[in-house]
Amino acid sequence: MSFLPPDTWTAVRLTVELAAITTFILLIVGTPLAWWLARTNVWWKEGVATVVALPIVLPPTVLGFYLLVALGPQGPGGQLASLWGARTMAFTFEGLVIGSVIYSMPFVVQPIRNAFEAMGERPLEVAATLRASPLRAFWTVAVPLARPGFLTGAVLGFAHTVGEFGVVLMIGGNIPGQTKVLSVAIYDYVETSQWREASILAGGMVIFAFTVILAMTLIEKRVARVGA
Amino acid sequence: MSAGGGNEIHASFRGAVGRFDLDVAFQAPSSGVTALFGPSGCGKTTVLRCLAGLHRMAQGTCIVGGEVWQDESRFTPAHKRPIGYVFQEASLFQHLSVRRNLLYGARASATREGAGAIAFGEVVDLLGLAALLDRAPEKLSGGERQRVAIGRALLSQPRVLLMDEPLSALDRNTKDEILPFLERLHATLSLPVIYISHDLGEVERLADTLVLMEQGRVIASGRFVDLQRDLSLPLIAARDASARLEAVVRAYDPAYGLLSLDVDGGRMIAHGKAAAAGSRQFLRVRATDVSLTRQAPQATSILNILAARILASQAHGHDMNVVLGLGPEGEGARIVARITRKSWDDLGLSDGLGVLAQVKSVSAFAFGQANP
Repeated sequence: MSFLPPDTWTAVRLTVELAAITTFILLIVGTPLAWWLARTNVWWKEGVATVVALPIVLPPTVLGFYLLVALGPQGPGGQLASLWGARTMAFTFEGLVIGSVIYSMPFVVQPIRNAFEAMGERPLEVAATLRASPLRAFWTVAVPLARPGFLTGAVLGFAHTVGEFGVVLMIGGNIPGQTKVLSVAIYDYVETSQWREASILAGGMVIFAFTVILAMTLIEKRVARVGA
Repeated sequence: MSAGGGNEIHASFRGAVGRFDLDVAFQAPSSGVTALFGPSGCGKTTVLRCLAGLHRMAQGTCIVGGEVWQDESRFTPAHKRPIGYVFQEASLFQHLSVRRNLLYGARASATREGAGAIAFGEVVDLLGLAALLDRAPEKLSGGERQRVAIGRALLSQPRVLLMDEPLSALDRNTKDEILPFLERLHATLSLPVIYISHDLGEVERLADTLVLMEQGRVIASGRFVDLQRDLSLPLIAARDASARLEAVVRAYDPAYGLLSLDVDGGRMIAHGKAAAAGSRQFLRVRATDVSLTRQAPQATSILNILAARILASQAHGHDMNVVLGLGPEGEGARIVARITRKSWDDLGLSDGLGVLAQVKSVSAFAFGQANP
């Protein structure tokens, strides 16, 4: 498309890829974590919950700083990278995925945890009295009942990853095709006074956000009606 | 421990629950309804949850039909126990239709299919669910929901049905709508039912065996009809104390809507629905409806005047609770009368004396195979 430079489209694709992969990982990692937080009685669980929630409160630059250290050559990320001959995971797409997973974690875990908690013990007890193993009860009762939580978590996780700026700048830098995502691209355009490009991207983000949330809401309503 | 035939239940549980200590032990026969009866908060629900494996009491034994579900070293988790559990609130799966709710547990137990299995169609008929099958739980009335919950529990092919006050969340009318279903269930199914209630009326209509609880203890257990007439137990002092009698229908008089029935030691006339001669019914005789006299009254509106003998009596406040044996020698069925102490003294009544019992109102109801 001609009304935007080609590397802008690369940034759009990269952003969607990053958000999709991050959301996918978060649903896989976050669901058992949310389940555990909702159901365990150990005294230190709120400590874990607080750690998960930290990115909501911490300045992205602070989070980004620690992530940079962790992903860098001296950190565990760097050691991991040395396995495939790289020196660091900072300034890579993989590093960005790891950062995004941590940054967006609370937005996925919290709604799912709330949904599991709201459902209460009863549906699972009923399932158990009907001979459902804990695993079957989880898949056939807990997950369907917590569906609104999953949907909210996925939307929020995706949207927050798309919108992430501070952390990306700290750990990803600005490498086109690798770590230059939309929000950074907008920043770049503004820096270089390319207002037209910046406003197209920014407007596009607004429309995207509006569409996603509206679509999710409508789908959820429809699913709730049909599924009943 | 010999388990007898079928699904006899031996249970004992001991441990702290919230603010009080639970210490119960009881047995339930392998068929019929065993009611766990007692005031709210006496630990009935905890006992039921222990039987189901939803709650693990530190010390406990639970043996059903010779199979050990819990002892010092073993504990079978809930999902491996062949039980059906009906909760106080129907607790249907909101995301599944009525049909899929009913079949949720049926799937897991499909392998147990065979003789004695409870069929889907049978449950649907018994509980009147045919019109509801494709509806969503949220579109059902409270009574309908509870019927679906009962059906769902039955279709998991349980060996024991546990019911935790299934009617208590329902209003009077809905209760009356469901009780007949429970009575049919009782008559049709041969599996043992443990039924929790704090409503004497419900227990009276359903229970064969009674386990009487108070503050985490079992204060008595045995045949319901025996405990009902036991002066040492609180049932007889209850405001609506009554006696349940087995009866055989002699005739039905449609002009007056009255049944004439034989009971052990006499004949009674009762309100009831038309029933074939020779069929079995149960009679409910409330203690406050029974008055005593020493001479036959001349003309009276009271239809039931039976010879009886005073077997035992006990003062309770200003009242006397009197246990009577029907028949001139008191050898027949027992009923309970509540009269004032003044009447007792004025008439010069005493234990062992022959009297006439006048019963103001008797109601008959159909009942399953109470096997006392």
